[in-house]
Amino acid sequence: MSEVLLVEDLYVKYYTRRGIISAVSGVTFDVIKGEMLAVVGESGSGKSTLGYAIMRLLPRSGAVERGRIVLDGEDILRLSEEELRRIRGGKVSMVFQDPFTTLDPLRRVLDQFREFLAEHGIDAERGRIIAEEMLEAVGVPKNLANAYPHQLSGGQKQRVAIAMAIALNPLLVIADEPTTALDVVIQRQVMDLLDDVKKRGTSIMFITHDIALAIERADRVMIMYGGEVMELAEKSMLAKRALHPYTVGLLSSMPRIGSEKLPSSIPGYPPDLRSPPKGCIFHPRCPYATERCRTVKPILSEVEKNHFVKCHLVKAL
Amino acid sequence: MGLARYIAFRALLIIPTILLLYTLVFIVLRVLPGNPVLAALGTKNIPEEQLKALMRELGLDKPLYQQYFEYLINFLRGDMGYSMIIRGRPIANDIADKFPATLELAIWAMVMSFALGVGFGYVAGKSRGTALKHIARLYGSITYIIFIPALGLFLQLLFGRWLGVLPTGGRLSPGIYINSITGLYTIDSLLQGDFNTFADAIKHIILPSLTLGLVLSGPFTRLTLSNMERVLGSKIVVAYRARGVREEVIARHVFKHALIPIVTYLGLQFALLLGGAVLTETTFNWPGLGTYLVDKIMYRDYTAIQAVVILFAFLVGVISLMTDVAYALIDPRVRY
Amino acid sequence: MTLNIYTVIGLAVILVIVLMALLADFIAPYSPVEASGMELESPNPLHIMGTDNLGRDVFSRVVYGARTVIVVVLIAVILSGVIGTVLGLVSGYISGVLDKILSFVMDSIYAFPSLILAIALSVALGPNIFNAAVAIAITYIPTYFRMVRGQVLSIKNESFVEMARALGLPITRIMARYILPQLTQTLVVVFSMNSADAVLTEAALSFFGLTVQPPTPDWGFDLYKGRGFILSGAWWMLIFPGGMITLLALGFALLSEGVSQSYVVKEGE
Repeated sequence: MSEVLLVEDLYVKYYTRRGIISAVSGVTFDVIKGEMLAVVGESGSGKSTLGYAIMRLLPRSGAVERGRIVLDGEDILRLSEEELRRIRGGKVSMVFQDPFTTLDPLRRVLDQFREFLAEHGIDAERGRIIAEEMLEAVGVPKNLANAYPHQLSGGQKQRVAIAMAIALNPLLVIADEPTTALDVVIQRQVMDLLDDVKKRGTSIMFITHDIALAIERADRVMIMYGGEVMELAEKSMLAKRALHPYTVGLLSSMPRIGSEKLPSSIPGYPPDLRSPPKGCIFHPRCPYATERCRTVKPILSEVEKNHFVKCHLVKAL
Repeated sequence: MGLARYIAFRALLIIPTILLLYTLVFIVLRVLPGNPVLAALGTKNIPEEQLKALMRELGLDKPLYQQYFEYLINFLRGDMGYSMIIRGRPIANDIADKFPATLELAIWAMVMSFALGVGFGYVAGKSRGTALKHIARLYGSITYIIFIPALGLFLQLLFGRWLGVLPTGGRLSPGIYINSITGLYTIDSLLQGDFNTFADAIKHIILPSLTLGLVLSGPFTRLTLSNMERVLGSKIVVAYRARGVREEVIARHVFKHALIPIVTYLGLQFALLLGGAVLTETTFNWPGLGTYLVDKIMYRDYTAIQAVVILFAFLVGVISLMTDVAYALIDPRVRY
Repeated sequence: MTLNIYTVIGLAVILVIVLMALLADFIAPYSPVEASGMELESPNPLHIMGTDNLGRDVFSRVVYGARTVIVVVLIAVILSGVIGTVLGLVSGYISGVLDKILSFVMDSIYAFPSLILAIALSVALGPNIFNAAVAIAITYIPTYFRMVRGQVLSIKNESFVEMARALGLPITRIMARYILPQLTQTLVVVFSMNSADAVLTEAALSFFGLTVQPPTPDWGFDLYKGRGFILSGAWWMLIFPGGMITLLALGFALLSEGVSQSYVVKEGE
């Protein structure tokens, strides 16, 4: 089993005017070659922060406090700015939520593409060929290569972004809610495109709030809440037998065809990460919380093969 | 609408503005007290008959509406009329004489204020700390309060009198002559390959353009800084970084974004520039349209004032048109 | 409203200069218009800012000169503020043809270099203090007009104004009670920024000899005279009047910067 990415005991904090926010706390997981790992959570669960931390693109107020991020055997946290720059877009690349705000509106698509390739040491002539090939591969019509971003549709822009993200055959693509800003039909096409990317052997870390989409598309699913991993399992396992009360809540909050039950939402609010609750971070919203949950923090443990859960109430099977 | 049609449409809009300003100046000059003949003679003791004769000669005895339209029609034919004070002197000659001096000053002052203002804003915008940003913001909002003659005279004192390295006024040193081609001495001297004259012209224009440029540079600093901050904090920059594009290259792209609102502002600056040029020219004995206009206003030389005002209004209109077009060329999102 | 550091410094500078103008009789050691020393004395214990080419005490002229600029600026800013605000209110509220014409006239004046307009107007009106103030006022009316009109246009369709209209309140009452109070913040900022500008325009008109007649002391005119003595090295004839003009304008500029900053902070909270 070859792992592309290994994240160990990662802590990320934001230092803001309103206080110190523990955005990611003690997160450990890996991404295996050629798999799609879905990271699922509500906004504020730390799932995007995780993505930005791996890219080392946290905003200035954010900092990695502890932990290791190992990409292809190299600890990313120890790299210099220049080494990082070469890795970004090379070994690991990112696709963002909103394609309307991530392409430079003042420059032609092909120019941005070629500049990106040139920054990674590819000469102009080959750059042009690669860029044109890649755009064609993701289904952007040839005549649009010389267009400005505003002349493209939302789906086309996201295709361009994906084309750039995979142009240099990265080991890992971090896709941060890549379909949220798009309508349903386009969403499906973009997800199919990511499937194709996966088939080329590139691993994908698919960040989403949509657990249904995650179970449908990913190989493994990681559930985050309040900056911590609550559950991590293969998708079939999770779909059949989710064990963490939060995951169960998420699953029952999604509408199902043919079900008599109305979708129910989890009562309560996400935790205030400036002063997270003691004990299990989910206990204030957990219907089964006990005294122990309120005082002792549970640890993530493997309750059956490849199924990790962070909950006092779930015993090893 | 295509670019050409847009330009034509905007150009048409300049006409009513010019008409309005001409009308305004015409009314101000005619309705308010004062008489160019008396002002020119510098005395009120002049026989009634002689005054009437002079008035007739200048066309000032005609009904106002006739004066108004005659001047306008002549102007449209390209005839700016004759001076009322120095009789027989065509205004067009004066303007052809003075305009290049003002244009040269304006261009260099624009270059100075753009370089100083945008440069400072760019450096402060790129800096990571906040101290430089605070200074830049303050600089941006208070430089306009510098009184041009005060600064200009201080610079003359410093560089002209105490250090003795730069001249205190004029466009060229005595004894240096130049064959005028464009009327812009820094360009003419280069065209003719005369580097001594070029150096002399540069020496003369440094202080006036620095004075005017410094006073006008504040808004550029403020705009550049706030735009750099806005764009640097945007997702576009995060996306560039995620693709491994070098910081210097990103800064260049960000600068282009920051430039757009600044270009729009250039047009607005131009009216201020003309106003500032009047003071700068007087302070540095710069023989341009500004000093000319003040001179003519003092003597109530109606035709000359009208001509210069129309020319200024025209310039302001053309520059604002040009900035709109430049804006469209930089930002591909702009449609007409 | 919390007091911003810029506001404090700005107000202090303005206050000191206003006091200087009011108490000139007590502060100035000599008459501003009569010779009290030799010609062109450099600063010395008897004449702390030296003497001018006619042997008059520069310090005394600087102190008395504050009167001219403050009177002109005060009249100009109040006049333009009142007229511009009233026209803007009416134009924005009533709309229609009158609004179109007024806006066009104001925009045209606004686009034209204000200093040149002020020079032309004060020459036409005749050079004296009051006319200079009127000339400056006219060039600033569009600033207030545009600002007030824009605000009125956005406020007038808000529910509380429509309610007042539905109640049948007279227009004047609606403006005074419901619209004007909404404008005070912006007006204060524009007012102080305008004052800084007015100081400079007054100085410019004086520089061209369009305000007071000699020998009345005036910073702008004194600076103009000092210009003739650069080559004699009489720096004190330039630095002091020129510095005072800049200082007073700086006071108003800091005040405006400080006031607008505290408003931004307040809105941001």
